[in-house]
Amino acid sequence: MAQHAIQVVDIVKRFGNFTAVDGVSFFVEEGEIFGLLGPNGAGKSTLIRMMTTLLDITSGTAIIEGADVRKDPDRARRSMGVIPQAMTSDGDLTVWENLSIYSKLYGIPAADREKSIDELLELVDLNQWRDAPARNLSGGMRRRLEIARGLVHRPRIFFLDEPTTGLDPVSRVAVWEMITSIKHKRNLTVLITTHYMDEADRLCDRIAIVDHGKLVALDTPRALKSSIPGSSVIEAQFLQPPAGWQQTLEKLAAVNSIQPEGADMYRILTDDGSKTTTALVEAAVRSNVVVKTLTVQSTTLDDVFVHYTGRQLRDQMVDSPLYVSPVAWGK
Amino acid sequence: MLNFFQSGRMMAIVERDLRKFFRSPALMVAAMVFPLVQLIVLGNAFGGKIKDAKMGIVSHDTGPQAIRVIEALRAVQSNARTFQPIVYSDEQAMVAAVRRGDLNAGLVIPPQFSRDVYAHARPHIGLVLDNTDNFMTATFEDQLTQLVEALNQPEVQPRVVQQTALQVVELYPYIEYMKYLLPGSITLAMFVSVMIGGGIVYIDDKARGVHEGYLVTPITKLELVAGLNVAGALKAMGAGIVLTLLGSLIAGVGSTFQLANLLWLFLLIAATSFAFISMMFVMMVRVSDPLIPRAVFGILNTLLYFPSGAIYPIQAFPKWLQWIAWIDPFTYSVRGFKAVLLKGVGIAAIWPDLLYLGGFAMVAFALSTLLFKRTL
Repeated sequence: MAQHAIQVVDIVKRFGNFTAVDGVSFFVEEGEIFGLLGPNGAGKSTLIRMMTTLLDITSGTAIIEGADVRKDPDRARRSMGVIPQAMTSDGDLTVWENLSIYSKLYGIPAADREKSIDELLELVDLNQWRDAPARNLSGGMRRRLEIARGLVHRPRIFFLDEPTTGLDPVSRVAVWEMITSIKHKRNLTVLITTHYMDEADRLCDRIAIVDHGKLVALDTPRALKSSIPGSSVIEAQFLQPPAGWQQTLEKLAAVNSIQPEGADMYRILTDDGSKTTTALVEAAVRSNVVVKTLTVQSTTLDDVFVHYTGRQLRDQMVDSPLYVSPVAWGK
Repeated sequence: MLNFFQSGRMMAIVERDLRKFFRSPALMVAAMVFPLVQLIVLGNAFGGKIKDAKMGIVSHDTGPQAIRVIEALRAVQSNARTFQPIVYSDEQAMVAAVRRGDLNAGLVIPPQFSRDVYAHARPHIGLVLDNTDNFMTATFEDQLTQLVEALNQPEVQPRVVQQTALQVVELYPYIEYMKYLLPGSITLAMFVSVMIGGGIVYIDDKARGVHEGYLVTPITKLELVAGLNVAGALKAMGAGIVLTLLGSLIAGVGSTFQLANLLWLFLLIAATSFAFISMMFVMMVRVSDPLIPRAVFGILNTLLYFPSGAIYPIQAFPKWLQWIAWIDPFTYSVRGFKAVLLKGVGIAAIWPDLLYLGGFAMVAFALSTLLFKRTL
């Protein structure tokens, strides 16, 4: 069997009676950007934390660059760079000091350290801020520092857990461009978790959609879009439609499915956008219903996401113990 | 090179912690201000002698022996100034004044006191005390016992003295209360530093995700715990050294600055710092809520500092409190500092304390490494 950069086989994580990740399997080819997409609480972060040795695996296997994270976590850690969701750089230290400390933690020889850090600062465009305390950096700059920190030991695999959460649109685009550029310059295999559809669509070669701890779809963005019924989406809002209006809409030409969105707005998946739009306007005129807004667009990853994960709110309890019992001694 | 321990990785943790610490001088100052304030305020507030307390006197006897008692009281007023005698004519009014707090004590000379003295018929005088204040009560009792003993002395001493007299030999010069407090204040400064640097900052870093960054690197549990312990101990040592020097200057302990004593003090500071930081890690290694170290700060301070003998002798404690003192590293640190600072004795006196502190540090370090979770 050919060795993949990342191989996850039937991986499970249980917290007491709650199963956060339930038998997920996938692989990532070398040089690929692989996205884990899912709503909050779907199990993406738990999955990435198991792969990066931050959480114990209940059962199953994760192999990173040939190293089993359960049997040889040290070798796995050396081959991967990890950018956790939290900002792990130290605000009291300068940009250079942050990178220097991590170089030492990875055992980079003193002779190579300075050159390697200078290269990284160039790569993430932070050279002029090298002596600035990390706390003075903007959100986007701080995220670039995190990216540089994850690359100090020249890893082959790069894990990013929601790298653009909390960033403004301009910083998000800058981070996307940086990830793409670094991936090419350093021959990286990238695994990224996100709940931003545009991020996944723009960055990822393949996307796995995770929901309720299970893998519900895995393919290229294009294949995923074509996997759901309907090639177009119509969003229409009406002014005081009569009772049974949804049933009227369902009978329109080429309609696949309808999702009410509240406030008399409907999301209509159709195989023929123009035909359905014409029929819809005619039906509104016939029934004397005012169309407040009307948009027609091609199917996006949002539609794929909604199709596979549904639209209900994901409220979840997070167990946050004050003190972790010392049952798992030595772990 | 051992795979489970590389000093470079441990030193990276130490470097990061110390850089952070020296950029937040407020933390360092906070660690030292509390023990210094305590030393100055408690040192001046306690240990002084009572002066000008008010004592009512009702004399139902006008004989020469009653006059002798009153003269003796007036002599105390003029010399030691422990109390001012205030003459009352009504005994009930005087007792009421003691109850109200207008007087601190009252003395009653009964009728026929002089006659009883001459007749050797068990003469006695009464002392009415406000015993809600133990210290004041003890002072009055002590002063009047001395006064009564002096009055009981025969005017002409017999040629052969048959009573046993106690001769007190004090080994060291008089120790003011501030000097007595200094060992406890130095130990407290190290404890506060460890509580802030090893407890509060450690949990805050953990909550902010700084440790998550460490855990994805190849650093081992041993290196990480050792790095955090060494950094915490170095910070505590800094606080201990500053408090020893500053406190000695403030309290007037000159023996601190003798070369040999400086060495013993340094050893005590190092051993105490490592014992405290490793104890703190055992307690905090599994804590994740930043509120916990803040909440337990006061409890730990009371539980460890007060039973240590820093402000009151351990021999006066009930058995259960003596047990706490027996395991409390504070006790051994305070005892070692007292030996060097107040008695000027060296390694011969402090080696058992150093041994206990070193052993305690090693056991607690091993336990915290065992308990440390290498995962989130």
